[in-house]
Amino acid sequence: MFLNQFLFLAAILFCIGVYGVLTRKNGVLVLMSIELILNAVNINLVAFGSFNQDIAGQVFALFIIAVAAAEVGVGLAIVLLIYRNRRSIDVSEADLLQG
Amino acid sequence: MNLLAQLEPAPVVVPGIEWSYLWPLIVLSIGAVLLITITSLVPATRRQGFPAAFTAATAIIAFAFLPWMSNRLDDIGGRVLVVDGAMAVDGFTIFVTGVICIAVLLVALLLDDYLRREGLDGPEWYVLMLLSASGGVLLASAEDLILTFVGLEILSIAVYVLAALHLRRSESQEAGFKYFVLGALSSAIFLYGIAMVYGATGSTSLTGINEAIMSVNDAGLSPLRESSMILLGMALLLVGFGFKVSAVPFHVWTPDVYQGAPTPVVAFMASAVKVAGFAGMVRVFVVGFGDLGDDWRPLLAAMAIFTLLVGAFLAVVQTNIKRTLAYSSITHAGFLLVGVHAAGSDSVSTSLLGSKAVLFYMISYTVMIVGTFGVITVVGGRGDGNHTLDAYRGLSRRQPLLAALMAVLLLAQAGIPFTSGFFAKFRVIAAAAEGGQYGLAAAAMVAAVIAAYLYLRVIVAMYLADDVPVTGAASADHADDDHAGGDVAVPAAGAATGSEIRVPPSVLVALVLAVAATLVLGIVPGVIDGALSDGATALSLLRP
Repeated sequence: MFLNQFLFLAAILFCIGVYGVLTRKNGVLVLMSIELILNAVNINLVAFGSFNQDIAGQVFALFIIAVAAAEVGVGLAIVLLIYRNRRSIDVSEADLLQG
Repeated sequence: MNLLAQLEPAPVVVPGIEWSYLWPLIVLSIGAVLLITITSLVPATRRQGFPAAFTAATAIIAFAFLPWMSNRLDDIGGRVLVVDGAMAVDGFTIFVTGVICIAVLLVALLLDDYLRREGLDGPEWYVLMLLSASGGVLLASAEDLILTFVGLEILSIAVYVLAALHLRRSESQEAGFKYFVLGALSSAIFLYGIAMVYGATGSTSLTGINEAIMSVNDAGLSPLRESSMILLGMALLLVGFGFKVSAVPFHVWTPDVYQGAPTPVVAFMASAVKVAGFAGMVRVFVVGFGDLGDDWRPLLAAMAIFTLLVGAFLAVVQTNIKRTLAYSSITHAGFLLVGVHAAGSDSVSTSLLGSKAVLFYMISYTVMIVGTFGVITVVGGRGDGNHTLDAYRGLSRRQPLLAALMAVLLLAQAGIPFTSGFFAKFRVIAAAAEGGQYGLAAAAMVAAVIAAYLYLRVIVAMYLADDVPVTGAASADHADDDHAGGDVAVPAAGAATGSEIRVPPSVLVALVLAVAATLVLGIVPGVIDGALSDGATALSLLRP
């Protein structure tokens, strides 16, 4: 088993996620892109944990899964609130706040 | 799977928790749970006064444990590791916990009248604030990157909700969403950094990381000191903290979020959240990566210079007071970064001075920023939309006391002598100069001079400018917001017609407390010397 394969996979997922956050206009897809980054981190942690024969990496991954669920719950609630007020979840239309 | 199978036969060891050192954290989080339970079971307690009083009492009780804990720590060497080594309770934890409790107390006093004025219901504002504060305490005391992450998320997620919680203002939701997306992205990047550091060192605990970095192999070398994975991890961690404390170039969310979020929530964000972010940053970088200072300190120095100057320059051109103060809080973050830079120094005396400067800046900054946003909450009026600079014209004649309090708080932010702001800036610059960082010190002084202009501009508007006809202010306000749609224009118009500003007693108490603390720290800054040196030595104890 090579550590590199997992690190490459995680790095690619991370890049796709960051690209998605930066370019997606739909609020829900932005949330999904963030999940992608978090899962990239999980892959990294589990791979490192397994490579170092250390349980902490897997434990950390479990923490991240739990926190990510809470985070995306809050994110979806905010998106829903925006949809109720404006009938749109296009983030590029969010331009009330400008200097 | 193999790993789990190997671990199975081992006896279960219950780690030592040492509950008695966790009281402030327990009080804050149990207080939040109790508050939501009581107000759900007994609807009569949902009346506005009770949740605020409960929150204030919770903050005071949590604070009251600190001197007792500090005394106990003195007997055992100033520092104890609890929860199986995952959390450190020391002078630093105690100081930051105290600052966060003070912020919660003051913001609870502001929030009470705000919710009444806006006709918003619910204890959930206070519950979320208490939960966020408990996350901040966790972040400040985390000795393990897992807990650092959990604390950071508890701190942040509650504040994402708070920012979006003004259900009728579209700006509030937009601010919440922007804060959420950028915050979640920064947390994810932060996590990627943790994964890299974990991969390189095989440990998530800060002391474990430090030991791994310092370990010497058979050839007498420390390979991890040159490890690119650690460097990448540190850089990504710096990005994550940079977002939280709004350091340039990760500051772009700050003005938008500060402008759109409910003003008392901004007070909390600017004080407790930023302080906790800095506390986490100091712990991770000064303790965990203290030995790699040569690698991260130049990065931090560059960030500090940009944060100081960009914040100061952009603050001057704003017309919305909340945006102005958002940029001014970026400048304050720059000063704190200069302090953190000094705290990471190899020389013990510079490091001590830097840590003390950071802690002193935290307390004085928290008090004055909550006070300033308290005045803005009051002047904002019904609808929370009256935030142009014009709203402050002639304030001294309409509300002499309010204007006087605001003037003291703004002068403190500018760093005028006899206010806490002076000593805060002085200590930071002195620490930078002690460490030989004259460039940083000069940048800090230049930023202080530029920033002074914008505070003085508000004071001049309050005291010297003529009263503008209130309708004029209203139309100016509209021009900014008109494209937003009808739902925004209506409250803004309501705010402008209510030209008589009402200062409710609870807000007045908060403002007077803030101004009193600002003046006391400015005239006798020695009163908190004991706590400061406890906090600073706690960090240096851990240094190799």
